[in-house]
Amino acid sequence: MNVRPSRIAVHIALILYTILALGPIVLILINAFKTRRAIFADPLGFPDSRTFTTIGFDRVFANSDFGLYFLNSLTVTVMSLGLIVLIGAMAAWALTEYRFRGNTILSLYLAIGIMVPIRLGSVSILRMMVELELVNTLTALILVYVAQGLPLAVLILGEFIQQIPKDLRDAARCDGVSEYRIFGSIILPLIRPAIATVAVFTMVPIWNDLWFPLILAPGGGKQTVTLGVQQFIGQYVTDWNAVLASLTLAIAPILVLYLLFSRYLVRGLTAGAVK
Amino acid sequence: MAEVSLHGIAKSFGATEILRDIDLNVEDGEFVVFVGPSGCGKSTLLRIIAGLETVSAGEIRIGGKRVNEMPPAERKIAMVFQSYALYPHMSVYKNMAFGLKFAKTNKAELDRRVRQAAEALKLSALLHRKPRELSGGQRQRVAIGRAIVREPSVFLFDEPLSNLDAALRVNTRLEIAKLHRDLGATMIYVTHDQVEAMTLASKIVVLNHGRIEQVGAPLELYRSPRNLFVAAFIGSPRMNLIKGRVSALSGGNATLAFAGTEVMIGAEAGVLLQGAEVTIGIRPEHMAERRPESAALEGCVDAVERLGEASLVYMTLIGGEDVIVRAAGDDPVAPGDRFTAHVPSRALHVFDAAGQAVRMRA
Repeated sequence: MNVRPSRIAVHIALILYTILALGPIVLILINAFKTRRAIFADPLGFPDSRTFTTIGFDRVFANSDFGLYFLNSLTVTVMSLGLIVLIGAMAAWALTEYRFRGNTILSLYLAIGIMVPIRLGSVSILRMMVELELVNTLTALILVYVAQGLPLAVLILGEFIQQIPKDLRDAARCDGVSEYRIFGSIILPLIRPAIATVAVFTMVPIWNDLWFPLILAPGGGKQTVTLGVQQFIGQYVTDWNAVLASLTLAIAPILVLYLLFSRYLVRGLTAGAVK
Repeated sequence: MAEVSLHGIAKSFGATEILRDIDLNVEDGEFVVFVGPSGCGKSTLLRIIAGLETVSAGEIRIGGKRVNEMPPAERKIAMVFQSYALYPHMSVYKNMAFGLKFAKTNKAELDRRVRQAAEALKLSALLHRKPRELSGGQRQRVAIGRAIVREPSVFLFDEPLSNLDAALRVNTRLEIAKLHRDLGATMIYVTHDQVEAMTLASKIVVLNHGRIEQVGAPLELYRSPRNLFVAAFIGSPRMNLIKGRVSALSGGNATLAFAGTEVMIGAEAGVLLQGAEVTIGIRPEHMAERRPESAALEGCVDAVERLGEASLVYMTLIGGEDVIVRAAGDDPVAPGDRFTAHVPSRALHVFDAAGQAVRMRA
């Protein structure tokens, strides 16, 4: 077989990057099943019969409402994702398909949303949530995450919608299909890869976010998983077994969702580039 | 079934004028072809009739009713696109049924119409396929089938054959002509190919720079083009155009001097002036007939294309003009030969300095 050196170089770079990216996750997974002593004595070792323990998991389930936190995280992520994709696709369709006054201004306004981090507005967001009496509710988190994810979603989906041939929409219009139907029956199915891309890009930061759960919903049984983990990290003593166990549990669902979407993801990332 | 009439249609995008002063009547059941070079506004005109573009001025009537404000679906039209515009994620059956589903057609009727159209277009075996699994010709037939099932009163075709290969194009052309005979519906067809226009149309509309140059039956346009543009556009190979001058006027006759020869034609009094610049047009097939009254044009042969039933002789006249002569298929002429083309006065077209045809007395 004839393998060019440049290909080998590319593969070495990719393998190194994969190790770099997967390393921390593997470290969490193997150490979650080890005794505290083994974690510190041999952090890179796999658990064996001597060091294997599930004490971290036991403590997580015994000392915290992990199930509740988990459900909170799932609710917030899924609801935000659904709203971002739905509203984002509709906005992208409107902004690319129809010419109306303020179209350009609105697109620019959304583009600015990508550049300015939403955390800059944390104080005013908190003040607003207090006035709306939404502190310690999941609604507050969902609202913030939708606002955070929308600009990028509109941009990506808009690009994809523009690539759908104009003749298709015209053909549907000649067929007497309403604008809502065109969106629902033609545009949405055709931008599925783009939706998967948007879903992955917005899902991960929402699931992992600590900032907004900490300031908007730190109590009242509305904590998310990332916040729940923090209770095991103390100023003087950190329960590493519990921390690693809960992190392991927190990684699982995001992996499942990622595998669900990734079938479309690669196609989505390249669909714009080729052809 | 319905007639389509356009009154004073104008369309501009910003400052760019695409169409102006379009007046046209399409009779019920007629097959009208819009033809013209690219950018002449023919597709825009079709999209205006379809309701996919709005007009800047003028009125569109379909079946006697003003439809300016109506969306495409209510105009009872169906359109076939150049790109076919099939829904890529739906099967052939669904593609055809999609429009009907929303027109409140009952299920049995919908199914009957789709199957009937599929039968007529030889698509029955392909109903469950997706568009990407079809060949170009099959996709085109699905696009036509989607139009048929809607049972529209007006069919609109936007360059439907330009993505097909030559053999398929001739086939599909015949199928469309047959479709027109069978359905008897009004059809409006856009193309830049004058052969398609000549073969399909009962009426051709020649467009150029957003204006109608001439409207007429194919042979009418071929025999008496109203101006230089139509003369050059209709006919393949194109009409030979030679610059000349009116050298003498006497009574009802004018003598035209061009390419080193003189021909006398019967012109109506006052139409031509002594010494006026004119353009003389002669179709290639008329230049091979030797008649007693023909004038002769001498020249040198540059190239010969053998088509079998005819030979196209490309020659340069002594005066430097290039002309094409359609000679007999077995004519032994070869490149480099001297060749004599003939100019029968009855087959001449004469255009004045403004490019308008000069009416001649028979």
